[in-house]
Amino acid sequence: MANSDVPTLEVRNLQTHFFTRAGVVKAVDDVSFAVRPGEILGLVGESGSGKTVTGFSILGLVDEPGRVVDGEMLYKGENLVNASDERMRQLRGNNIAMIFQDPMMTLNPVLRIDTQMIEAIQAHENVSRAEAWERSRAALQQVGIPAAEERLKSYPHQFSGGMRQRVAIAIALLNKPDLIVADEPTTALDVTIQGQILYEVQKLCEETGTAMIWITHDLSVVAGLADEICVMYAGRVVEHGSVDAVLDNPTHPYTHGLINSVPSRNKRGQPLSQIPGMTPSLLNLPPGCPFKTRCPRVGPDCEVTPEITHPVVGRDVRCHYPVPAGEDAARAGATASPEVTA
Amino acid sequence: MSAATDSAAAPTAETPILELRNVSKRFVKPLDAAAKIANVFGAGLKDEIVHAVDDVTMTVADGEVVGLVGESGCGKSTLGRVVAGVHPATSGTVLFRGRKLSTQSAAEARDTALKVQMIFQDPMSSLNPRLRVQDIVGEAPRVHGLVDAKGMEDYVAEMLTRVGLDPSYARRYPHQFSGGQRQRIGIARALAVNPDFLVCDESVAALDVSIQAQVLNLFMQLREQFNLTYLFISHDLGVVEHLSDRVVIMYLGRVVETARTEDIFTSANHPYTQALLAEVPRLDTRKRKFVPVKGEIPSPLNPPPGCHFHPRCPHATERCRVEQPLLKEIAPGRWSACHLNDGA
Ligand SMILES: Nc1ncnc2c1ncn2[C@@H]1O[C@H](COP(=O)(O)OP(=O)(O)OP(=O)(O)O)[C@@H](O)[C@H]1O
Ligand SMILES: Nc1ncnc2c1ncn2[C@@H]1O[C@H](COP(=O)(O)OP(=O)(O)O)[C@@H](O)[C@H]1O
Ligand code: SF4
Ligand code: SF4
Ligand SMILES: [Mg+2]
Ligand SMILES: [Mg+2]
Repeated sequence: MANSDVPTLEVRNLQTHFFTRAGVVKAVDDVSFAVRPGEILGLVGESGSGKTVTGFSILGLVDEPGRVVDGEMLYKGENLVNASDERMRQLRGNNIAMIFQDPMMTLNPVLRIDTQMIEAIQAHENVSRAEAWERSRAALQQVGIPAAEERLKSYPHQFSGGMRQRVAIAIALLNKPDLIVADEPTTALDVTIQGQILYEVQKLCEETGTAMIWITHDLSVVAGLADEICVMYAGRVVEHGSVDAVLDNPTHPYTHGLINSVPSRNKRGQPLSQIPGMTPSLLNLPPGCPFKTRCPRVGPDCEVTPEITHPVVGRDVRCHYPVPAGEDAARAGATASPEVTA
Repeated sequence: MSAATDSAAAPTAETPILELRNVSKRFVKPLDAAAKIANVFGAGLKDEIVHAVDDVTMTVADGEVVGLVGESGCGKSTLGRVVAGVHPATSGTVLFRGRKLSTQSAAEARDTALKVQMIFQDPMSSLNPRLRVQDIVGEAPRVHGLVDAKGMEDYVAEMLTRVGLDPSYARRYPHQFSGGQRQRIGIARALAVNPDFLVCDESVAALDVSIQAQVLNLFMQLREQFNLTYLFISHDLGVVEHLSDRVVIMYLGRVVETARTEDIFTSANHPYTQALLAEVPRLDTRKRKFVPVKGEIPSPLNPPPGCHFHPRCPHATERCRVEQPLLKEIAPGRWSACHLNDGA
């Protein structure tokens, strides 16, 4: 897909904070990225790193005590941050759709599938019931549900978990959205079912030019599916670039650590390379780089929050001592050559 | 099936630490109220029977790590629970160090129960939220007389140290820990009764990647230190490949293939194993073309006749639809249950 296309969505310096009684949680803290038509962006990070809140922010689904406090989200140039509730309702499910980790966030347990799908179509378009029914049937077939006519008469509980997720995906696709935000939709599924869903998703983006943000903690899924990758840590994007470039040549010590801890990257039976410690609480995060307590390259500058630099062409990195190409991340930061950190 | 006797007499010579002979576990799903009422009017509906584990024969050698793989609902956890003595097999024989579980004296049975410990997926729900760590870890060894009240504190401290936790955490409650730390508490609790055999049921599935690596490393280190044997249940083939000496693949209650880990991952024999491996996302496979395995995983309530995999198998023939393929040794140490191996 041509890179010169206007992005379907451009997120600039997004800040979404939760104002809890215990203090401010900066769940999304200066996040920027763009997705173009037909492109798949993988948003990767550990639990609590801010992936879901990023997705919810785009859809306008962040509730009290949370709020988008700064930044822009441009959907085909229109800033969603300023959009009215009415406008957001119009866009949701029509132009922008979300697939949740739990399909029951989309499905209504007490309504038949046909009722739900027909309603979803008629809410945004003035079409006959018969036409909406036919489109629903086709959508179920598209996501690989056998005997679609019969299945339309079922209730959600009559489906297996994998099928339910496929129904939720079919609903997300109904109005041919330009943008889909998919939040770990296959994490709870078996690999063969995951394969079926990834197949449908890939086909959709290729054939209809839908742009997709695929949220996951599984680097291997992103490797097989996405064009670009954003690695999040503690509410920030710490590394962003093309999938090939980032996975083959990671420059942020955290990305390095994540890739190296994947079992298939380690010699069988040998200890896995591991990142020590655990993710910090986002509540009242101390100043400086949030990865500093776990980082093998930590140096004197890390007491100051790192800004985005471009140590490699086409790469955004938040680190004072990025890992030079081909080097082991474990080399101390203080020894990193100055031209790399410039 | 003759696999049990064959493999028991095969090269490994020593008595395996665990042997399962034709083990089945069936659950009866009672009729619901509507069906009972229907029966009053002569509907003749019967209780549904789930063959969670269907005639499984396998061995685990002392010190071995055996990975148990399969899709959800295929019976992995049930098999793990039968091995750990959480529930008895419906039929078949379970032997621990050559002794039948069912014929052991009460004292022996208690000893075996301690020797086989289980570690679960969800570290939170498997720990009693109202107990302090010192009681969670120390209770079983105290009840079984492995430690007295005086030595308790040191004993718990020793166990926490073994799993990489600070002994000063002993007075905390489970909710005060992160997911990875809670999983370590579960492991400390299991280690506290000096087990020989750990059944790990999706024990790292709920953990983040970087924490998962920490816990997997701990498992491997403990294996060396205490000469532990593992039955490692996981749907994550990358994890299983890394950790296991041998892999057992299950499909709808049956073992369909078992072989040394290298063999499974370089030259899987069974069409189901091949399909499963083809779907595993890999870091090195970029922008791949996903080609879906056709069909759903069938319901274990009503498995397809013949080979359970035939509705999804690209090689299925008429024979596959009617005749169940038996697990056969197709090369030394490699077993597979597929008619293709008969040249048919
Ligand atoms: N209620 C509490 N009281 C005291 N300490 C706590 C409490 N809750 C968490 N901690 C401590 O805070 C640290 C971080 O815990 P937290 O549960 O936030 O981890 P996490 O990063 O969310 O882990 P994971 O995502 O793997 O569950 C740990 O050292 C933990 O022991
Ligand atoms: N309603 C809320 N109130 C307070 N904090 C929240 C709320 N929702 C999410 N958070 C916090 O925001 C951060 C990011 O959460 P989330 O986006 O769900 O993470 P991820 O999807 O990456 O696992 C976490 O620290 C989480 O605890
Ligand atoms: S080197 Fe410093 S800035 Fe870079 S990740 Fe490590 S701690 Fe953060
Ligand atoms: S027995 Fe037949 S259906 Fe079963 S796996 Fe072999 S070829 Fe496929
Ligand atoms: Mg999330
Ligand atoms: Mg299970």
